[in-house]
Amino acid sequence: MAKSIVQEFTKGLWEEVPPFRLVLGLCPVLGVTTKMEFGIGMGLATTFVLICSNLLVSLLRNIIPSKVRIACFIIIIATFVTVVELLMQAYAYEIFLQLGIFIPLIVVNCVVLGRSEAFASKNNIVRSLADGAGIGIGFTLSLASLGALREVLATNSLTGNILNKVSYEVVDIFGASFQPFTFAGQAPGAFMCLGLMLCAMNFLGQK
Amino acid sequence: MRELIKMVIVLTILSAASGGLLAAIKNGTVEDIEYQQLKFLKAPAVKQIFQGVENDPITDKIKIKDGEKEITFFPGVFGGEKNSVCFETFGKGYGGDIGLMVGVNLENDTIMGVRVTTHAETPGLGSKAKDSPDLVEQFSNLPIESTFKVKGAGGQIDALTGATVTSAAVCSAATEAGKLYANMKDQIKASVSN
Repeated sequence: MAKSIVQEFTKGLWEEVPPFRLVLGLCPVLGVTTKMEFGIGMGLATTFVLICSNLLVSLLRNIIPSKVRIACFIIIIATFVTVVELLMQAYAYEIFLQLGIFIPLIVVNCVVLGRSEAFASKNNIVRSLADGAGIGIGFTLSLASLGALREVLATNSLTGNILNKVSYEVVDIFGASFQPFTFAGQAPGAFMCLGLMLCAMNFLGQK
Repeated sequence: MRELIKMVIVLTILSAASGGLLAAIKNGTVEDIEYQQLKFLKAPAVKQIFQGVENDPITDKIKIKDGEKEITFFPGVFGGEKNSVCFETFGKGYGGDIGLMVGVNLENDTIMGVRVTTHAETPGLGSKAKDSPDLVEQFSNLPIESTFKVKGAGGQIDALTGATVTSAAVCSAATEAGKLYANMKDQIKASVSN
């Protein structure tokens, strides 16, 4: 069972990537992936919370009494989520307005609480850090790819501006006469696109 | 018993540390958040009210003290004269405070326009106060120092369908603006003409 630290990190990118393998944390996955840009923003916020909470839970794992451990995990996670929310309000206001209520909902994202309970409370700091970073980046990549798929299908373009540093604008991907599937930008379309990606992941995962 | 004490201590220290950290970060980001809200929420409203303005009302903003509170005024230049200001007041809406940016012509004390800045109203119903001009355009060219009410309460403003509380909140915010203006009229005119 002794995985190397690099393996702890990379497992979050493929074997145990949250939405497609662990099938956890689907609510924000469906809610924010209307544009690739929002998916990336949400993913980065969740990654920050994952890394910080994994670190702190692992640091305190011998002090937190077992009977109140869930309450302690929630306090820690909720604190970091509020920190992320304040930082977004101060430095990335547009994305804060777009993500809206999904930022506070990171607290109840099963991925974060799940990693604290299943991993960080039982492993040392370096492993927990690697785990948090890997799962977080894997989560961000899945959100970004699902968001890209839905955005391209629904609007035939990819536009965005990440943290006011990287902006991109690709239009008319399928040609100007393409009739977009606006269905892909709404809730039912989200489920279908997620299903398609799950199919693709399982197929690629077959050896 | 020892177990119980340990649980209480750990939870208490954890909560206290969490509270402290959050308070510190909130204090540290207060100015940046205010600047962002100014840029994304108030500036667009001011620009919509002051169509064709010749200066930048946001960079020219002035703060005047009303007792303990400091109120920000955004002056507008039309025809070479600084003859109008925008300021924000609040009314109690259905889901929380509704922010209303009010533009007043200083020469004849009339409303140039009003726009909703922030709100927590029902999407599709109360949110129309911000998304559609139907409610806010009724305030243009009315004298600022009046009491605004919806028609159901004996006033002259047509409420939005299915959003009576929201409409009444916008009216009360406008009435507040009128009272504030009446109290501070001379101070405003003096500061603006400098």
